[in-house]
Order: sequence, then C-alpha cells, then structure tokens
Amino acid sequence: MTDQTSSTSVTASRTRARGASTGFLGLGRRDAALFGVVIVMVVFAPIILNPFPVNSAMAQFNAGFPQLMQQFLIFGIFAIGFNILFGLTGYLSFGHAAFLGIGSYAGVWMFKLLGMNVLYAVTAATAIAGIFAVLIGYISLRRSGIYFSILTLAFAQMCYALALSVLSPITNGETMLQVTHNDPRVLGSAVGPDGGLPVPTLFGLEMRSTYTMDAGPWSFDFNLGYYFCGVFMILAFYLAIRIFRSPFGMMLRAVKSNQQRMRYTGLNPRPYTLAAFVISGMFAGFAGGLLVSMDPIAGTERMLWTRSGEVVLMTILGGTGTLIGPVLGAGFIKYLESILSKINSGILHSWFGFLPDGLEDFIVAIIYPFVGKGWHLTLGILFMLVVIFLPGGLVEGGTRIGRLFRRRKATDTSDTPAE
Amino acid sequence: MESIIIQLLNGLDKGSAYALIALGLTLIFGTLGVVNFAHGALFMIGAFCAVTLNQIFQMSHTVVDETRTDFLGNPAKVEVPYVTEWFGETVGSWMIDWTVPLSILFAIPIMVLIGVVMERGLIRHFYKRPHADQILVTFGLAIVLQEIIKAFYGANPIPTPAPEAFRGSFDFGVLLGFDPFTIIYPYWRLIYFVFAMIVIAAVFAFLQFTTFGMVVRAGMADRETVGLLGIDIDKRFTVMFGIAAAVAGLAGVMYAPISSPNYHMGMDFLVLSFVVVVVGGMGSLPGAVLAGFLLGILQSFASMSAVIEFIPGINQVIIYLVAIVILLTRPRGLMGRKGVMEE
Repeated sequence: MTDQTSSTSVTASRTRARGASTGFLGLGRRDAALFGVVIVMVVFAPIILNPFPVNSAMAQFNAGFPQLMQQFLIFGIFAIGFNILFGLTGYLSFGHAAFLGIGSYAGVWMFKLLGMNVLYAVTAATAIAGIFAVLIGYISLRRSGIYFSILTLAFAQMCYALALSVLSPITNGETMLQVTHNDPRVLGSAVGPDGGLPVPTLFGLEMRSTYTMDAGPWSFDFNLGYYFCGVFMILAFYLAIRIFRSPFGMMLRAVKSNQQRMRYTGLNPRPYTLAAFVISGMFAGFAGGLLVSMDPIAGTERMLWTRSGEVVLMTILGGTGTLIGPVLGAGFIKYLESILSKINSGILHSWFGFLPDGLEDFIVAIIYPFVGKGWHLTLGILFMLVVIFLPGGLVEGGTRIGRLFRRRKATDTSDTPAE
Repeated sequence: MESIIIQLLNGLDKGSAYALIALGLTLIFGTLGVVNFAHGALFMIGAFCAVTLNQIFQMSHTVVDETRTDFLGNPAKVEVPYVTEWFGETVGSWMIDWTVPLSILFAIPIMVLIGVVMERGLIRHFYKRPHADQILVTFGLAIVLQEIIKAFYGANPIPTPAPEAFRGSFDFGVLLGFDPFTIIYPYWRLIYFVFAMIVIAAVFAFLQFTTFGMVVRAGMADRETVGLLGIDIDKRFTVMFGIAAAVAGLAGVMYAPISSPNYHMGMDFLVLSFVVVVVGGMGSLPGAVLAGFLLGILQSFASMSAVIEFIPGINQVIIYLVAIVILLTRPRGLMGRKGVMEE
C-alpha cells in the first residue's frame, strides 16, 4: 500500500508547500490564509451555521446548536490526527476508535478522582492514549499494508471486548462510565453548585454555560464548551500545518511514496512512522477527552470498529493528505448525521404536501429509506461515490470546480493561455 | 475428556462459518487481487435469502372454514398458506418445514448473480487502484447492502427455524462410548459442519479437477501469461467471484437457524473472517480453511469456564491475540505464499 500514492493529494500539498517560508507564526502565505479562514470560521460558526430564522421552515437545517458544533470540532480534531498518519504515511489504521475510547475513559476517571476541571481530563486523556499508542504502534508497525490494518483492527477489537467484559470494574461495561456523588474527587466537591451532579468546568466556568443572543428573528448560541473545543481545534490545526510543512512531514511522505528508497538513503522509516502513529493516537485520545468534557459519560460503543471506520470515512470524504479536508469531512458527516436522522415521514409529507396525493406518497416512499433511521444508507452511497469518482474527496471537488471557473475566465479574456 | 470433546464440537460450527467466508475471501483475493470488505454482507444476504423464502412460503390468505366455529359461534377463519393450497397439504407443509435447506437452491442463483453484478459493475474498476481504495469502496458497499436489508427487514433478528426433524439434539457421547447424556449436540450444528465440508470439498475439486479450475489456477499463478495464451481470464475470474459470493451466501443460508439473521451479522463475521484469512495466509485456500477451523475451535476452548477462571476475558480476545502472535512471528500467516501482498 505504501508505494501507491494517491497522486492528487500529493500534488495538492506540494503546490502549497512551495509557499512555505517564514511568515506569520512560521506559516507560508497560503497556509496563513487558510489558517486565518479556519480561525474566522471557528469564531463565527455559531452565527454562520445558523442562517435561518428560528421559526422558519428551514430552521431544521440550522447547525448552530452547541452539541452539534462541539461534535464538528471534536471529530475535526480526531480526523486531523488520523490524517497525519493515513494522509502522510499511507498506513490505514482501522483501530483509531480505541484511542478515542481510552481517552474518554481516562477523562471520566479524572473527573471521578481529581476534580471536574476539564484540563485534568484532556491532559490525562492525551497522555494515556499516547502510552497505548506507543504500545500498539510499536507492534502493529512491524507490518504494513493490509496486515497493518488488520493488526490495528485486532487491537481495537481487543480493547472493545475487554472493556465490555473483564475491565468492566474500570469501564462500567454496558452501563457506561459516568460521574457519581460517591466519587473521591480530591480536588473538587462531590455535588455541583445546584445540588445535582457536578458538571465539567474550566476553573469554575461551566462548560455547558451558553449565552443566547437574539437578533430579530434569529437566535445565536455562544457556548463556552464550544469555544473551549474551538481553541484546541485551532491549535490542532496549527500543529498539523507545522507537521505537514516540516522536514518530519517530508519524511512521512517519503514513507508513503517509497520506503525502500528511504532505507537505501540510510534512513530508518520505523521511528518516523511510530512518531506519526503516536501523534495521531494522542489526537484521538485528546478528542475523547474533549468528548467527555462536554458530556461526562463514556461507553464502550465509542471503541467499536465502526467508529474507526467513521473517522476513515471523514478523512477520505474530506480529502486524504490535505490540511483542511479532514475537518470538512468531519463537519460534513456530523451535519448529515444530525440533519438526516431528524427527518421523519411527517416532515417529508409536509415538504411534498403541495403535490397531488398519489405522487406525494410515492415520492415520500422513495425518499424515506434514505433519511431518519436510514441515514447510514445515504452515507454509504455518498462514500462510495466519493471513492469511485472523487478519490481526493471534497477538497479535490473544490479545486476541480475552481479550475473550471478559472479556465472559463481564461477563455473569456483570452489574454492568458488556457491550461 | 467429555468437556474437551464438547468444546471441540462447539468450535466446529463457528469454525465452519469462518472457514467458508474466509474461503470466499481468499478466492476473490487470489484471483482478482481485491480485498473485499463487502464479503460479510454477502454472508448476511445469504442468510436473508432463507428469511425471504421463509416469508414467501408463509404467505397466506384467510379462508372461512364452515366446519368449525370460533367461541362466538361464527364460522372460524383459518389462515391458509398459498403453498399448501397449490401443492396440497403434505407437500406444502413439508416445504414450509424444510425452508432452510430449500433456500440453498434459491440462494445459489441469487448469490452468483449478485457476485457477478458486483464484480462487473463496481470492483472491475478498482483493479488498478491501491488496496486502500478497494478496501474503502467495498466497505462503503457493505454499509449500503446492510442498510438496504435493514430498510426491508427491520433491525430485529428474524428467527428462521431448521426443519422439525433436525431441531433437537442427539447424544453424541454414546457413539464414542461415554455415558448417555454427557455429550449432547444439536443436529443442525452437525449438519452445518458436514455441509461446510461438502462445499469446501466441492470448491477444491472444482479448482483441481476441471479444465475451468485449471485455467483459474493458472491465472492465479500468472495472469499475464494465461492472457497471452488467448484465454479470456477476466471472464473466468468474474465467474470465480460469483462462486465466492455463492459460498459466502450458502454459509449464511445454513447459519440462519443457528443464530437468527439480523442486518449486522455480516459485519460481525467479516472482521473475524479477515483475521482468519490473514492468519491462514493471504491467497492460500487451504490456509483459510485450516485457520477458520483452528480459530473457531480455539475460541470455543477459550470459553470453557476453567480457562476463563484462569485467564479472565480470554474468550473475548483469543482470536485477536492469536492473530497478533502469528502475524508477528510468521508474517505470511500459516500457509501464506511468498510475494503476496508484500512490498
């Protein structure tokens, strides 16, 4: 697998690498621009994602509610980390959900033992996931290609099976691990300020606290937890850019394009791949820590291999080996999940109510399997279409459309030769 | 001793399922060089062939029976399945009872058709693409197939009984000279094992003793040369894909009475079957069968209470543990050939 690269993504990143020199925060001009766009998007997302007034019929397409936006960011971080491994080195791990789960459990245990400050949780989540990543990576990376995929899958399934059975004193098995009144919580109180269960805080500021701003018919929610995730997502993105542009990133690309050649030049690919694996594992653990910081509950289903498949989908859908792709993919899938699974037959009937009765029922019957509980079908079809026709994902789609426009402009003015 | 034999027998039926799926996977990988993540879905579709036939046979309409009355004194309404009406009482009820074995005949053409359509329509375009792309597109296909089944049949398992005659258990221990009732084994699981052996033997015989099989084996060894000899190897490989799909489907049909089919059973088996294939050695047909039975039996031994007491949780992880050890010590698997899936 390693010597077969998806050429599109490599050329895309190579063109961008040309602009890499010192500039704002050590970023090249194009990277700085992209980074700026990401920052602006994260800061103003509560407004941008709520384009429809609250009471309008389109309000169900709004994505600007805190839970969903938090998911965008957290799974964005997860996918960014996965992309550092898969996008750069080409090693397809089918077991990254294990790190997400490990991070979640570590986070909840910090809430139980130390206190409700989210910094404890995310630090422990990252560190413990990192330790596991070193162990699993060290063994799995002895093999490559499909064998690597199977090894990571085997480890993740082992984690899942153990969490469900033997380790249930630690993971609480199927009943899910959560914060209770009887926890020791050395650095915090047993009860929350309102007498209920304590909630995750950042030095006393509750993660769930939300400021709602009403502007005419619109309503925007600014959630503390969201911005907490946002800061880290921006940091993660910055880290990813720096890794992509660093000599280390070049080494990882060398691992992908030709390991043999790399060995002949006297470099050992193993430490580089292991480093990439551990970094991506720590990103996943960090994402797990953030997940429980937003909602302090951790279950085994977070480690199931379909979760690992989900992050693969996000990365591929967005664009493997590109900087912004995984974030787009994560947002896209989470948005589809949230919106499509909400649509039921009643909503469909109200949409197509203007049609004659027979036709209305017919169209609703056709669309219904694709929405609501069947949204996975839409996801599967979409995913297949992307893999078949658009191997570079959404980013490649974007560049293709961009090129189309540029070419049209070029032929219009006809003073620059067409490509 | 008795408990060891019981575990050995228990391992056989799961092992048979693993072996059949792994055999199909290896056939596809060995001929076409494609890693088919949708193979578990084919297994699942096979099981749902049995469910479908069952539902077709059970289709009935209401008939007013004048000779009997219900508790209010009105003529009783009786549900009469169409098959008993068409084929008479004895044949009809026999057909309903023997749905699962009959589904084999029903499933083979369907599975071959699905396999051929899948290969010609989708997988053909992925021969030149990296293995990662093949994994991803077949993974997507598996999700789609699974969701289609879910849309039609719902998310709950659908019980599909074995024929009445095979529903009980029999006393296996007596045959071996043990006391009665020490080793009791359900008939259907034994039949599943025998059936699996027959299918495996048939596939091997087909490859070994027919001209078609010979050409396919030649194509597996050196596709280009076979092509240069003027043989349309692609067409034969397509047929092999169909056969592999049918093998997975048959494994599913016969598995339906053992565990009620649900839409995600394919995925559950797929992960383990991949482990089986890798343990057996990518591209090695005997390796896949051997590893299938080996892991099935190991898994059932690991679920003995004495073993679990000794190493808690071992029954959950034994297969993965074995896979990890084998991959690290024998990178090509038990019977893997040189140069398959290696850089």
